[in-house]
Amino acid sequence: MLRDITIGQHFPGNSALHKLDPRLKIMLTIAYIVMLFVGTNPFGLLLSIVFLFVGYMVAKIPGRMVWRSIKPLLPVLAFTAILNLFFMAGTPVFQWWVITITWQGIYYAIIMAVRIVCLIAGTSLLTYTTSPIVLTDAIERLLSPLAKLHFPAHELAMMMTIALRFIPTLIEETDKIMSAQKARGAELDTGNIMQRIKALIPVLIPLFLSAFRRADELAMAMECRCYHGGEGRTRLRQLHITKQDIAITLGCVLLFVAVGFSGVLYTRLTGFA
Amino acid sequence: MPDMIKTEDIAFRYDEDHPYAVDGVSLAVQKGEFVAILGANGCGKSTLAKHFNAILVPERGTVWVENIKTTEEERLYDIRQKVGMVFQNPDNQIVATVVEEDVAFALENLGVPPDEMRQRIDVAMEEAGILKYRHRQPHKLSGGQKQRVAIAGVLAMNPDCLVLDEATAMLDPRGRDKIMRTVKRLNKERGITVLHITHYMEEAAMADRVLVMENGKIAFSGTPKQVFSQVEEMRALHLDIPQAAELCEKLTAAGFNMPRGVITAEECARLLYEKLTGQAALAPKEAGL
Repeated sequence: MLRDITIGQHFPGNSALHKLDPRLKIMLTIAYIVMLFVGTNPFGLLLSIVFLFVGYMVAKIPGRMVWRSIKPLLPVLAFTAILNLFFMAGTPVFQWWVITITWQGIYYAIIMAVRIVCLIAGTSLLTYTTSPIVLTDAIERLLSPLAKLHFPAHELAMMMTIALRFIPTLIEETDKIMSAQKARGAELDTGNIMQRIKALIPVLIPLFLSAFRRADELAMAMECRCYHGGEGRTRLRQLHITKQDIAITLGCVLLFVAVGFSGVLYTRLTGFA
Repeated sequence: MPDMIKTEDIAFRYDEDHPYAVDGVSLAVQKGEFVAILGANGCGKSTLAKHFNAILVPERGTVWVENIKTTEEERLYDIRQKVGMVFQNPDNQIVATVVEEDVAFALENLGVPPDEMRQRIDVAMEEAGILKYRHRQPHKLSGGQKQRVAIAGVLAMNPDCLVLDEATAMLDPRGRDKIMRTVKRLNKERGITVLHITHYMEEAAMADRVLVMENGKIAFSGTPKQVFSQVEEMRALHLDIPQAAELCEKLTAAGFNMPRGVITAEECARLLYEKLTGQAALAPKEAGL
């Protein structure tokens, strides 16, 4: 059961979005986030929503997956919306005691909420369509120009790879240690919060000890295979940007620019900033 | 024949307050040889093994790997390419999250061009018998499969020598058998020198030569037959002997005349058959086994 654990929220598939070069995907996601903050008008947001909709359709990711990524952030969403709703100055719609709700408040609450939902769904689209391994690879390559400025791009990526590699191993080990402690009479699932936290100590100590031992052995095994940092290293997996990738990217960029300028259009049409 | 690995009176200790873990070992391993190293826990086997690819450098004495001294720092990666090491815990030596990428790890470090890398890892995975798992995640493989991934990762470097540091210790009998067959084949067909540290006497019986260590020294060495005939000496070092040898020894003690130096189960079974029936046993193939 624990062996089948998947890390992150990758949703394997074979769509154009899955195959899109991960470097471009990361860049586009960043551009999308920027765009969400520039195009803060109903036109722009509508376009962003359409874009997401098409993206999820192309990647064939079911809608409940979007809901799954938004659900944990609902409190944040509600908080932001309420803040906008009550504390925006403007024409009052509703007034009672110290509470005033204005038209502007309602407008910004909705815009804010939609924007945050788009933000989450947009970044999730990246992690749904890209496996953590490929993502790590792409991050390393995107950051590699910074290596000249002594930014540890390779080291960062190596750390992420090793973390991804060892998460399932350590989860399995935690499971084993918990069983072993339970067999010796440890009560891990009973008592109040403090008791439960205390009960975890005999699980965590052996886990940490073994993690250090593993790290030590891994370092030696890496040395045996001539590891000496990122310098002069080549990679088995090569990333290639295809014509299709370029076409998709150009399409997205055009849309993003359109969203960016939609604000101007919106102001002209309605005179409402 | 040139020596693959040669050591001259090497000594090493982890700390100045500690006794020497390796204390005056001189040995020579020829190219293409299959050497098993035996010894009780803490006798210095693993420490000795780490000298063979310059993970450790001796405090005293010299180690040569194909005539390169392990103290020559500028040849460090040459040495590590020539002598590949596989450790006990398969989980702790796999770096990447996909099998084929882990096999490519050493080649990535050495800066091999991607096309050549692809070819070399395919050959290495084929030889280790893991080609069909190439796209799997290492943590979903069995211990024996993982250990073969580790072997493939070393083979990709085209090493001349393979050091297995208790590489079979954590495996089940089937996984162990598979590893031993792989290693034996690499030794026979590709002429790779094998140094196999083990606790399993049956595995040591497959070697060309057995070294027995005690307290950082080589207590005795010889062919498996010679070594395992010294039943009393082996017991004194808290070491077992192969079950077949033990059976023969007990039979001899009970007054049943068995020849000395029987160490494999097949040989023992054949002898017993001959003794009991008075006829020559059929070769396993003819007997339909």
